[in-house]
Amino acid sequence: MEAFLEVRDVTKAFPGVLANDRVNLSLQAGEVHAILGENGAGKSTLMKLIYGLYQPDAGEIRLEGKTMHFQSPRDAIRAGIGMVHQHFMLIPALTVADNVVLGEEPGRIRYDRKEAVRRVRALSEQYRLAVDPTAKIGSLSVGLQQRVEILKAFYRKAKVLILDEPTALLTPQETEELFEVVRHLKSQGIPVLFISHKLDEVRAIADRVTVMRAGRTVETVPVAGATAQELANLMVGRDVVLRIDKQPASPGRAVLDVRDLAVVGDDKQERVRGVSFSVHAGEIFGLAGIDGNGQFELVDAVAGLLRVARGSIHLDGEDISHLTPAQRIAQGMSYVPQDRQLDGLVLEFDLVENTILRDFRRRPFSRAGWLQRLPALRHTERLMERFDVRPRNPERRAGELSGGNQQKVILAREVSRNPKLLIVAQPTRGLDVGAIEGIHRELIRLRDAGTAVLLVSLELDEILSLSDRIGVIHHGRLVDIVSAQTATREQIGLLMTGTQAPGGSEEVFNT
Amino acid sequence: MTVLANPQLWAGTLSLAVPLAFPAIGGTFSERTGVVNIAMEGIMLVGAFFAVACSHWTGSAWLGLLAAMAAGGLVSWVFAWAAIRIAADQVVLGMAINFFGAGITAFLLNTIFGYNGTPTTTPSLPMVTIPALAHVPVLGWFFHQQSILVYLMLAVVIASHWFLFHTRLGLRMRAVGENPLAADTLGLNVWRLRYTGVIIGGILSAVGGAYLSIGILNSFDVNMTNGRGYIALAAMIFGKWTPFGSFGAALLFGFASSLGNALQGNQVPTDLLAMLPYALTILALAGLVGRSTAPAADGIPYLPNR
Repeated sequence: MEAFLEVRDVTKAFPGVLANDRVNLSLQAGEVHAILGENGAGKSTLMKLIYGLYQPDAGEIRLEGKTMHFQSPRDAIRAGIGMVHQHFMLIPALTVADNVVLGEEPGRIRYDRKEAVRRVRALSEQYRLAVDPTAKIGSLSVGLQQRVEILKAFYRKAKVLILDEPTALLTPQETEELFEVVRHLKSQGIPVLFISHKLDEVRAIADRVTVMRAGRTVETVPVAGATAQELANLMVGRDVVLRIDKQPASPGRAVLDVRDLAVVGDDKQERVRGVSFSVHAGEIFGLAGIDGNGQFELVDAVAGLLRVARGSIHLDGEDISHLTPAQRIAQGMSYVPQDRQLDGLVLEFDLVENTILRDFRRRPFSRAGWLQRLPALRHTERLMERFDVRPRNPERRAGELSGGNQQKVILAREVSRNPKLLIVAQPTRGLDVGAIEGIHRELIRLRDAGTAVLLVSLELDEILSLSDRIGVIHHGRLVDIVSAQTATREQIGLLMTGTQAPGGSEEVFNT
Repeated sequence: MTVLANPQLWAGTLSLAVPLAFPAIGGTFSERTGVVNIAMEGIMLVGAFFAVACSHWTGSAWLGLLAAMAAGGLVSWVFAWAAIRIAADQVVLGMAINFFGAGITAFLLNTIFGYNGTPTTTPSLPMVTIPALAHVPVLGWFFHQQSILVYLMLAVVIASHWFLFHTRLGLRMRAVGENPLAADTLGLNVWRLRYTGVIIGGILSAVGGAYLSIGILNSFDVNMTNGRGYIALAAMIFGKWTPFGSFGAALLFGFASSLGNALQGNQVPTDLLAMLPYALTILALAGLVGRSTAPAADGIPYLPNR
């Protein structure tokens, strides 16, 4: 059978990097085909080649049996290739309909807005992408914005849809809705190319999967016959530990004690409504919940970035509810924020400056108000060695590092301060399997060394595999606290929607 | 209160709004496509000078107006080239154009016309009183003996609104000012759309300058715009980057100036009254009007990395 879209021995080199090395891919009509690979494996380059953003150095791209020579995305769009980028290409100030028809607007000189709305509405019914054509993009959730991107592709008569890391910014619900859309497209005979580095998603949605590693396509296998372990090994090129080996926790004293905490968010709404829990030395307390249920306001309040509206926070018995973030740090708290590029690092600073961000006022990093470069440099080198940060050049700017290495730098900085309490929010967001493994190991090591760890993550699997106890937050309240040893995915998933499990569990905190 | 019943106050309001409304709408065109334009002052001066010069040479004020538009278009084309193609800092560039406009017009005035200034025989654009309007109560006050450019301005306000918000080209220009990368991937020519916006803006600003030199007078003076280009900038922001908003803000500033004129000799110090429009500018921009949001990509050059 002739492939719908075929990539044959395509090579693309950049100065110093062979980004795609004789890559092969064949997408059949009506299949969902995943491309799985770590960050930097060459997935994005391949997509850009197919979409006309790059031109291949060698090899060919064939669409419906004909060789294509795309000079720009315009050529690719015209040929029927629809692409949804990881970072949306939308205009927040305009409406859904404006965004969809832009460039091919109905009307002659006048823009026929009514006709645009009518066409977009018809399309959204045809492809089951429910969205109001007259709504402003800026007022829509990420999931709905993604639908608009898909509508844009089909307005331009796309015959194949490419989704680049489509679930990176979605909530679990939105992900499920996206999968519904993809299944519907498949039933309509529209092939979908699904780029991802998440194993479970690929297994949930794809028919076949092509694994990429170091610029090459390693293998194409049917999803049905492949286990997660096999795929992970193909992706990384060595055996990966998917389940984390860890000893049972031996929790000590309560390090963090949160009582009846209420927090008002930036939008003046009460986002945390009376939450009580404690985190003990030598345990990882995981906070699970769907995005937007108050978990990030909760950790911001513990870290001192949001004001405590009611209740109290104690660190090692001392009331820290109204201390400044700097005072809390001095008391032995460390915080790895969820947005590493915005809050975790100063991207324009080099790694030496970034590692001493918290301690630059103290000896040996400064004396009498003068920064001491050499001690800071030595300190950074030691940390980079221990945490395997690459490339091992402390004078690189933080912005030049990959996401995984940036996260290692932040973790190294926070851990090197020997905190009593470490707060980590979304520590592995957007990282590849290899980097995730390293970060997880480090968190377990800290726990075993007696640190109290408060982990917030939207990845349920991460919570389940790392935590010793799991608190589930819904609508600003802790629904339940369960032991990770007995918790199941289904149980936590149900709690995340606010439904109390029948029968209860061994330690229930009524809030 | 008697001052409010003075027809001259209202005629003055409309008349003084013209040299603000044209450049404010001009700036709106430029900034809606994503190019920050603070060069209105300089472009107005260039427009004002060439309006008088060509009006004198050809004996026709209409040709003078055309020359102003051409000169404004040319200066803004250079501005556009530097801002769009070589991605120069748009604020610095705008200031450069302002100094250039002030310098070149003063220089040309002296070299061409000497110390006596532009000849008093220079024709100016006609004043018009529309009989049907002049007899309507209150409204008639506004339209008594106004320059033809006042009526042109009203047409430009409506046409600009229609153009920006109801045509395909207008939608595309706004899109480019919000997210040029997205527009580019959809096949729009970002640079060409930005050139269009900046040059339309320059032409309108120059008409505002021409109004000062051959609309209400028939002479050119060094630095005769007297900061109106900057007040127009405030009017544009005050008007939330829309033609009707810009026009409304221009009317408000025009009213402040006109009120200053009407109150002269009323024991109120003249200097204080002359401050009124500027004080109003500060008040308006300091949040009296609430937040207004600039186009998202305003001031950010677009360099496709291909």
